[in-house]
Amino acid sequence: MKRTMTCIECPQGCRLEVEADGSRVISVSGNKCKRGEAYGRQETEAPMRTLTTCVLTKGLELKMLPVRTSRPIPKERLFEAMWAVKRLLVTSPMKEGSVVAANFLGLGVDLVACRPLERQ
Amino acid sequence: MAAALAAREAGVSDVLLLERDQHLGGILNQCIHPGFGLHHFKEELTGPQYADRFARRVREDHGIEVSLCSFVVKLTKDRELSYLRPGALEEVKAGAVILATGCRERTREMIPIPGSRPAGVYPAGLAQKMVNMEGWIPGTEAVIVGSGDIGLIMARRMALEGVKVKAVVEIQKSSRGLVRNVVQCLEDFGIPLYFQHRIAMIRGRDRVERVDVVKVDDQFRDLPGSGFSIDCDTVLVSVGLIPENELLEMAGARLDPKANTPVAEKVNLTSIPGVFACGNACKVYDLVDWVTRDSELAGRMAADYLGAGARA
Repeated sequence: MKRTMTCIECPQGCRLEVEADGSRVISVSGNKCKRGEAYGRQETEAPMRTLTTCVLTKGLELKMLPVRTSRPIPKERLFEAMWAVKRLLVTSPMKEGSVVAANFLGLGVDLVACRPLERQ
Repeated sequence: MAAALAAREAGVSDVLLLERDQHLGGILNQCIHPGFGLHHFKEELTGPQYADRFARRVREDHGIEVSLCSFVVKLTKDRELSYLRPGALEEVKAGAVILATGCRERTREMIPIPGSRPAGVYPAGLAQKMVNMEGWIPGTEAVIVGSGDIGLIMARRMALEGVKVKAVVEIQKSSRGLVRNVVQCLEDFGIPLYFQHRIAMIRGRDRVERVDVVKVDDQFRDLPGSGFSIDCDTVLVSVGLIPENELLEMAGARLDPKANTPVAEKVNLTSIPGVFACGNACKVYDLVDWVTRDSELAGRMAADYLGAGARA
């Protein structure tokens, strides 16, 4: 079965054609770089997204700390991840890259800080 | 920051960086989504990460004096600046000035959306700051006007935060935003995008209650009988950006009356020698990587100007 999709790896947004048998990818075409091929395969087999959001802080210079998952997580678990993020509270100073939650949701990825935050 | 660092690299000894916010980084601080830096750093960063890469270098460079919470209130064509900082009004005369003042948002009042004036109508970028920096969610059911990147990014952001995003309404036939944003911000979350539609009316007494939507033809005329209503308590307006160039205007530089951008033959130049404009204040960019590239050029142009002045 052929499926067309737009690659979201970079702002070019290549139009991909993915030939697949169910979730088994046979070929990817239309991509201008190898990230496109990897995206076409991954998106057909198991869509993944990087989650970026904010965590509430206490006693730090900004009320919200921007965070991201260190690698993409399964797309269908984004909302579960959002609920877990809402239960977090950061109270100690952060550096860019500090781990806010290790092995987040048991997914093997960390939730990391995207900026430094000092005490208020 | 890119311009300041590039000017330093080109041999400028003394740089003063004025920032009106409490942090360096400008709009990047509220753009917490990924997608920045693929060209400049060859990796995908979020806005705050991208800003932090520059902020670190700026902090380490002792030739750059950073003054935060500093609001420039006056600029003359002889490059005299006045700025307010907590507790003081400072005046400086610069050899060269680079304006990296960015944009502000076009508001509901600048496009014709009739209706009442209830609470719940926000410019999308303001809503972005509320959600990402202040931790406030502006409503529970939202309609977004305009499908530029800010509108699309906010549709996803609100959906992730549990807001029901009922529609993105775009008067044009296609999105001004990047295709990847239509895919990952709308399609991923099942948010409908209506092309060639406009908001005909915002209804509600104290708070937005619903919007009336109507289909338009190629001349943007309403198609009779095509109207429908969407119940919502929040409307985000994402209808473009205006370069913030009041200082240039004050100094007497020529501005394009329509785009509010400096009139000059080359990027970063203004009609006043020694006064440069870079980033979104010069023209509205879609990628921060190109802002960095051109701002670094602005830093070198300012350095060249100072060098030429010293020789003359």
